[in-house]
Amino acid sequence: MSLIEILFYVFAGLAVISASLILITKNVLYAAFALIVTFLCVAAIYVFAGAEFIAVTQIMVYVGGILVLMIFGVMLTHKLTGKDVVTLSHNRFVGYLLGIVLFGILFFNIININAGTIKWISESQATSTQSSDVNNLGISLMSDYILPFEIAGILLLVALIGAALIAGTGKKI
Amino acid sequence: MIPIEHYLILSALLFCIGVVAIITKKNVIVVLMGIELILNAANINLVAFSQYDHVQIQGQVLTLFVIVVAAAEAAVALAIILRVYAHYQSVNIDEIKDLKG
Repeated sequence: MSLIEILFYVFAGLAVISASLILITKNVLYAAFALIVTFLCVAAIYVFAGAEFIAVTQIMVYVGGILVLMIFGVMLTHKLTGKDVVTLSHNRFVGYLLGIVLFGILFFNIININAGTIKWISESQATSTQSSDVNNLGISLMSDYILPFEIAGILLLVALIGAALIAGTGKKI
Repeated sequence: MIPIEHYLILSALLFCIGVVAIITKKNVIVVLMGIELILNAANINLVAFSQYDHVQIQGQVLTLFVIVVAAAEAAVALAIILRVYAHYQSVNIDEIKDLKG
């Protein structure tokens, strides 16, 4: 087992452990920090899959943006009294049963697909060059996917204005 | 090279944890965290399959768009949560049950 494989399983295990911490803990802020660890580990998994640019984007957008936004949300929706911010649980039995059954179905199907026998995957493994994908990604974003790229920009602008309008004080709307 | 099944199993685990978090938690923000976990699980699948496709890396491009939409969704959802909190003085989803404010 090489060093890369050991690191992959370490990061995968850390991601799963910190994600299940969200289920275990009652404190909302602990859940947010566990989610940070999960996102960082998922970024590491992206690097192992050869997607360096996606990994950097994941760290910038999720850890630097969405998680900060969520912690702001926790702060703004709870009165800071010095006590812990806790969340209660409901539907415990049904939820865990559904999760376990769902994972069982997915696991059973995943170990049965035999991805090595699929044609385009086995062909690509034979001719794997391991070149950098960032160059190709930039070229295809600016040529084949230029329209979705621009629409994503407009979507971000609309979401920004909409979020500011919804969360504002609402006096002049 | 790590076999693709291991990526898929990791992604399935994160997906199931996200589903259970959405079903069992009462705080709206923790439910949002579950949604983000599910989106990340989908992204792992896309990136894992795209490593066999070096020329047109469609999986990575789609992952970028998923991240953009997730950011927009989180911003709008947190704005809605702030309005809901201003109206109900609570973010417990059991107490938010009136349709018309």
